Amino acid sequence: MVNSEATNGSNLTGLTAHEAQEFLTSGKVSSVELTEAVLARVDELEPQIHSYITVTREEALAAARTADEARSAGNAEGPLAGIPVMVKDNLSTEGVPTTAGSKILLGYTPPYDAHVVSQLRSGGAIIIGKGNLDEFAMGSSTEHSAFGATRNPWDTDRVPGGSSGGPAAGVAASECFISLGSDTGGSIRQPAALCGIVGMKPTYGLVSRYGLIAFGSSLDQIGPFSRDVRDTADTLSVISGHDRRDSTSINAPGQDFASALTGDITGMRLGVPSEYLVDGMEPGVTAAFEKSLETLEAMGATVEEVSLPLTDHALAVYYIIAPSEASANLARFDGFKYGNAVNDVPTAWDVMDQTREKGFGSEVKRRILIGAYALSAGYYDAYYKKAQQVRTLIIREFAQTFEKFDALVTPTSPTVAFMAGERMDDPVAMYLSDVCTIPVNIAGLPAISVPGGMSEGLPVGLQFIGPQMGDGTVLKIAHAYEQATEWHRLKPTL
Amino acid sequence: MAGLWNGLILADELTTPDLTVDDVRHIAALTRLGLSDDEVETMRGQLSSILKVFESLQQVDTEGVEPTGHTTDVRTVLREDEAAESLQRDGILKNAPESEAGFVKVRPILG
Repeated sequence: MVNSEATNGSNLTGLTAHEAQEFLTSGKVSSVELTEAVLARVDELEPQIHSYITVTREEALAAARTADEARSAGNAEGPLAGIPVMVKDNLSTEGVPTTAGSKILLGYTPPYDAHVVSQLRSGGAIIIGKGNLDEFAMGSSTEHSAFGATRNPWDTDRVPGGSSGGPAAGVAASECFISLGSDTGGSIRQPAALCGIVGMKPTYGLVSRYGLIAFGSSLDQIGPFSRDVRDTADTLSVISGHDRRDSTSINAPGQDFASALTGDITGMRLGVPSEYLVDGMEPGVTAAFEKSLETLEAMGATVEEVSLPLTDHALAVYYIIAPSEASANLARFDGFKYGNAVNDVPTAWDVMDQTREKGFGSEVKRRILIGAYALSAGYYDAYYKKAQQVRTLIIREFAQTFEKFDALVTPTSPTVAFMAGERMDDPVAMYLSDVCTIPVNIAGLPAISVPGGMSEGLPVGLQFIGPQMGDGTVLKIAHAYEQATEWHRLKPTL
Repeated sequence: MAGLWNGLILADELTTPDLTVDDVRHIAALTRLGLSDDEVETMRGQLSSILKVFESLQQVDTEGVEPTGHTTDVRTVLREDEAAESLQRDGILKNAPESEAGFVKVRPILG
């Protein structure tokens, strides 16, 4: 509960967004005061955490003044009105530099807002800055950012996960109330787990990708980070809905996801896919997971083991499809249209070769090369087409499983936050960070990670996976679990 | 417990040949990506390991299975053919490293 001292700056920033909204509604604080408190927290912690690439201080304060005026005039509506929010720096923001964590986009200022950014703004949210990420969202530790690594607020010698490490660490360190990330193979859920917060990847197509700098277009999905499930549900209600500028946007009416949060999961059928409990899983993660299953059973859900054998092939499918799509998407970075180019060379071909050589980091180069190889003449059938066929089988396997279960429950990550530098020289070890999250993107399913225990002083994430358009279902289960446990109340000491 | 790590544990027993330096240079040329000699050698080793991970897919019977491109039921989306506001030219051109007379300017393509 909020105490009477909560109106001083440091306590304000630790509120959930819905608690802060109550303060705004009752007039206890203004949006300007809330924004100033967050900016002071950012000034204090950024030297240690580095969750932001850009802080839009003046724009945020101006937006907060506008939000306060709207409120005085009786026009403050919606859960995010007046609330400071961070967005990942691969989401386009009109007039604010957008880098995708890459040197190749230095100097680029989008002339338009991403759909989700427009939705936030029209919901009265205060955009406080742009969150750090692995370059073009390719990575699992945020160490592949061209602008320096983000560190984990629970232990600054460790990584926050990735690729949305900035948005995750920012919420965990109370440097914003809410943030948006993107999730292609786990890039929201894995950092949420490693930072001890809530992170959700919605059903593919539920949130428009317009203005998201594309990585793997058939896998990418934007979603929220927050400190409790209610805030994630509220944020999803704001950012979801049909948008004709994204041709894969699902044409369904908008939803109020908070209405799914009943707290009651009696009789719900939860499956535990045995293939997700991989050999390399840390004992502390396994122990926390088993405890969570007991909690869910005690709450009246049924918990039953299930096998999804094709899970074993998900990593291979992903590391063919995602780089293939990336190699095509990143072809647009040619040195002519935007960003940072090498121009003092004789021909257009030299501009392309050298701009891309100097502008892209090693992980991005690796993925472009894998993708181009998988798509190239003579290998297309063996790699790309084969992966797309196995993708079909994985989708079917999930669909059959959801005939018997309302949702699946798994650990989000096989390990807690690992040490900075530990997996940087071994790409395959880094890729394994996402073994429990990748199958979800392949099938376009909704999934959420919530705090589900601690191991050696570090957070452990619990993942709920739902059927397509079962976003309300996973939010409902995650919320009920959260209300029955105390893990989401733990905060790092900073 | 079966494992997602099976493909990797088996990797050393698999038969996918390592890429050569020429393979890497060929793919790099296809993607217009300059690479230093050191990078070519590093990528050769790393890409070879990654390709071995993919070999597990050959165990899956996909005879007659349709490939999936994306996961929603959305098919070709049509809209009315009506003129509407688009982005302003100035906002786009000011991001181009070089522009002239309302166009993006590039180095010679031929020659």
